[in-house]
Amino acid sequence: MADYRLPEELMEALKSKFPGMEVSERQDVTLPLDDLVPFMTEIKENPDYAMDFLTNLTCVDYPDYFEMVYNLVSFSHGYTLMVKTRIEDKENPEIPSLIPLWSGADWQEREVYDLLGIVFTGCPGHPTRIFLEENFKGHPLRKDFQWEGGREP
Amino acid sequence: MKTQTYYLNLGPQHPSTHGVFRIILELDGEVVVKATPVPGYLHRGIEKLAEARTYTQVIPYTDRMDYLAAMLMNWGYVEAVEKLMGIEVPERAEYIRVIVGELSRIASHMIATGAYGADIGALTAFTYTFRDREYVIDLLEMVSGSRMTFSYFRIGGVAADFPEEFYPAVKKLLDQIPAMCDEYDGLITGNEIFQARTKFVGIIPPEVAVDYSLSGPVLRGSGVNYDLRKVRPYSVYDRFDFEVPLGKNGDCWDRFRIRIEEMRQSKRIIEQALEQMPEGPVLGKVPKVIKPPVGDAYAEIESSKGVYGCYVVSDGSPKPYRVHFRRPSFINLGYLGKLLEGWKIADVIAILGSIDIVLGEVDC
Repeated sequence: MADYRLPEELMEALKSKFPGMEVSERQDVTLPLDDLVPFMTEIKENPDYAMDFLTNLTCVDYPDYFEMVYNLVSFSHGYTLMVKTRIEDKENPEIPSLIPLWSGADWQEREVYDLLGIVFTGCPGHPTRIFLEENFKGHPLRKDFQWEGGREP
Repeated sequence: MKTQTYYLNLGPQHPSTHGVFRIILELDGEVVVKATPVPGYLHRGIEKLAEARTYTQVIPYTDRMDYLAAMLMNWGYVEAVEKLMGIEVPERAEYIRVIVGELSRIASHMIATGAYGADIGALTAFTYTFRDREYVIDLLEMVSGSRMTFSYFRIGGVAADFPEEFYPAVKKLLDQIPAMCDEYDGLITGNEIFQARTKFVGIIPPEVAVDYSLSGPVLRGSGVNYDLRKVRPYSVYDRFDFEVPLGKNGDCWDRFRIRIEEMRQSKRIIEQALEQMPEGPVLGKVPKVIKPPVGDAYAEIESSKGVYGCYVVSDGSPKPYRVHFRRPSFINLGYLGKLLEGWKIADVIAILGSIDIVLGEVDC
């Protein structure tokens, strides 16, 4: 299996710049919420990383926090990177939008807002619901969402 | 003279939207000022449903996303679960996956090609590609017992080996594919009216395509060489010799043309796979109850529409804690609103058709 992870020295450089980040065995990066935008800006703008393609953006509802997951690809270097960050506030989950960096985040953030109720800040008029109707109550992919019919979960 | 813009509602029921999809067009005369796509009419909440199913029970739901290339939809999901559990897939199963996956790609591109002809006004084209797609579907039926929703993939391999009668039948089809593609080229690609409607229409510059996370023929039509089968080969794709067709101008014409070229390349891949295919089991060592360890995994494959990814989270129980599908049609459609601005209303249909969306996948 070929390796598409960032080389060690680039990872070290990131670590010294963002001391709050944790790196898993598989090289998934977990960031404090405040570091998200500076970190993403660095790996996109710095030609050493050049993560120009945001391939996937999603969110998971854990009992104590929401976890945002971003999958990035660098076309020029061939690297891939998974970046995660936790939103501890389960009542009013908010996170800066990444549309200024990757326009592809637009619809994916709207999907996350629609189904999980994460509010993306920094872009006026964004996010709005994308699949469900405007007056729909609740966010179905949350674990506490009550639904009728179907099978017992 | 004072003029004002007006609104035109396109869809949700409209033959050109390939399903239930709505676009609110703000028009100045016949020029699009603003376009607001409204998806969601086919949203079934597959990601939520998956949380109440076992890992194996999720496979049939993936069929119902891109139902025109259901084999590929199975593939992305099982690959993510296999990655999570560290399951080795037997070599023969990998080859079978490549063969049915590429057949599915051909079937999907045939619909895209024919339906695009129909969108532009060449309804005859649709009958030709649909006729040929039947042959491909017959093959997949022979293998899986189903014509659309195959559910043929299993975690760790595939459901069954090819039946004996599959081999002569697939050989016969492969011999005909170049002639079929030539026929489409003669009937549609070479048509002067078709070219006038599509060339230099709906241009996507390469840097914009990357910025908007577009993938598949839509991205490659703009000349960006990004095909996962080449860039990050999964399964056994590194063993085949094939080319990645690229566009030059990023217009509707390029996106359309690439799909026909890809069918020819898929034929090459299947031929090589049939030749190299080893004997052996088609299902790996998989526990009876699938209970992945606590953790997560993200896997991607190249589907007919673009990069299809699947993110699976396990809490150690027999049911997935969270499943997310990165559907290429959905993300490709995210750029439509911007893309339509400034083009004439007649071009709207041409541009929408060139993206090749399947609403089952967009809405999920």
